[in-house]
Amino acid sequence: MIGPGTQLEQQRRLLLMDRSRPGRRGVAMPGLDVPEHDLPSADLLRADLPLPEVSQLEVVRYFTLLSQLNFSVDTNFYPLGSCTMKYNPRINEDVARIPGVAGVHPLQPTEGAQGALELMHRLQDMLAEITGMVATSLAPLAGAHGELAGVLMIRAYHHSRGEAQRTKMLVPDSAHGTNPATAAMAGYDVVSIPSDERGNMDLDALREASDDNLAGLMITLPSTLGLFDTGVLDVVRIVHEAGGLVYGDGANMNALMGRAKLGALGFDVVHLNLHKTFSTPHGGGGPGAGPVCVNQTLAPFLPSPVVSEEEGEGGSWFSLDDPQQSIGRLGGFQGNFGVLVRAYAYLRSLGEDGLKAVTDNAVLNANYVMQGLRPHYDLPYDRTCMHEAVFSARRQEAQGLKALDVAKRLLDYGIHAPTMYFPLIVGEALMIEPTEAETKETLDYFIEVMEHIAGEAMEDPETVRGAPYGAANTRLDEAGAARHPDLRWKPAS
Amino acid sequence: MNPDDRRYTKEHEWVKVEGDGKARIGITAYAVEELGDVVYFELPNAGESVSQAQKFGEVESVKAVSDLFAPVSGEILEVNPELSNRPEAVNEDPWEKGWLLVVRLQDDAELGGTMSAQEYSDLTST
Repeated sequence: MIGPGTQLEQQRRLLLMDRSRPGRRGVAMPGLDVPEHDLPSADLLRADLPLPEVSQLEVVRYFTLLSQLNFSVDTNFYPLGSCTMKYNPRINEDVARIPGVAGVHPLQPTEGAQGALELMHRLQDMLAEITGMVATSLAPLAGAHGELAGVLMIRAYHHSRGEAQRTKMLVPDSAHGTNPATAAMAGYDVVSIPSDERGNMDLDALREASDDNLAGLMITLPSTLGLFDTGVLDVVRIVHEAGGLVYGDGANMNALMGRAKLGALGFDVVHLNLHKTFSTPHGGGGPGAGPVCVNQTLAPFLPSPVVSEEEGEGGSWFSLDDPQQSIGRLGGFQGNFGVLVRAYAYLRSLGEDGLKAVTDNAVLNANYVMQGLRPHYDLPYDRTCMHEAVFSARRQEAQGLKALDVAKRLLDYGIHAPTMYFPLIVGEALMIEPTEAETKETLDYFIEVMEHIAGEAMEDPETVRGAPYGAANTRLDEAGAARHPDLRWKPAS
Repeated sequence: MNPDDRRYTKEHEWVKVEGDGKARIGITAYAVEELGDVVYFELPNAGESVSQAQKFGEVESVKAVSDLFAPVSGEILEVNPELSNRPEAVNEDPWEKGWLLVVRLQDDAELGGTMSAQEYSDLTST
């Protein structure tokens, strides 16, 4: 049927295979300049695995349409708590595309890669400075990978001292789910520590759990409630007195950079998410990087490689080293180098004052949003927040609505949903992280929309429950998709 | 309502003694409500054994993956064949159709460590 809108909608729904026509081509192949070979025998070929035959323009339109169906930080406000969906300055991309940077080969001899190694070395130093640590390894390839590196170092440390009986890892109940998963993966028994009514760690429970079997504590600061644990010095002291080490999850570093150093608070190891705090592409946008920064205690255990600098006659010389008691390699080559370059560009373009301004604005923006939303949504921990604020849709629940419904309704106003149902200790949680990059006008619009939705929830909850109305897809049958996955294209019969 | 023809654990499993030394095992309506839509079960095979309070499998929902703990010890006689194709049976009816295992009860005394329907209701209402 022809009609405005319908044709576009139909076209959007066509997969690349649906667009395929036998013999259609996207590129003109050059003439064969190698000897022709027969195809392998038929049992190595799969006739049931068709490839799309489409024109180049169709490919461009297809992927452009797909990209337009996306919500992204480049098009919309994206207050996804704990994810730090900040603007990725374009200068990062410029720098990553400098031919000498983009073209460097991981197997190039160090003589020919001194520039790349110097960049890595400087980045190591800058991250150590920001966290208040003495050494950094850029090897981990993602945030949870950095966590694993940190916990494996703690383990290697205890084993090196003949204290293999330390098998207990403490994790607060507000932690990211990756923390207990990481500890379990490293062979530890996970013990959960409750939060007190202000959202701080319960010190009595911590004291009770800190015994001779304690390996360490994994803590996020600020916590996933967006709160600075005001008892953190006591927390660190209790763990250290029991012989344990303190691991800092750097997911929330956007609240601290340039203002507080975890190393100075007594943390032993911290991982950083370059793809959050340091503005490299995030999520589907590309690979991540989860460098680990350590104090003197753990420096010998850093994962390989670590770039070291030696002063020579002709100036500095950079080389790839294995720390003395290294936990070993975590991946191939030198980590996700392209990500490291972008983070380096970000830090150099901001400088010390710029970095402090990022932190200040991230915290200011979150508190501005918190104050604006406070009359309309429940705030379970009513304190000055750091870079994110955690609300609860409990008031809306009384109208038969859930945090999910509020989140879906936001899409109709061009706003990405905040993080929902996390942290787990807040019922119907809505976790909002505006980041430093947003203008006051955007924040005001967000507050206005959230207020409007709170009003709709009271007067017309059905409208909220049916949202979104303007999105390409509405409510997906997630259970159906998981129970009966349909993973392969099949020709329409 | 939790049926009072069976016993309960704090891990939200139920066990129903069915005579001939057999006991049927499942998860409670409360557990199912907390899990949301269940999409997958990982269960042991008939002939294997389960031990009281030990993990015997996993249940995966759209929200979470959780361990399953045996309310009693014994050899597994039957595994609910429906759950591999239709895990949603447990959402529809956790008390009857959505049962997980039938085991040969090894030690009746173990039931003493489980809860009555009333005790379990008290646990889940706080």
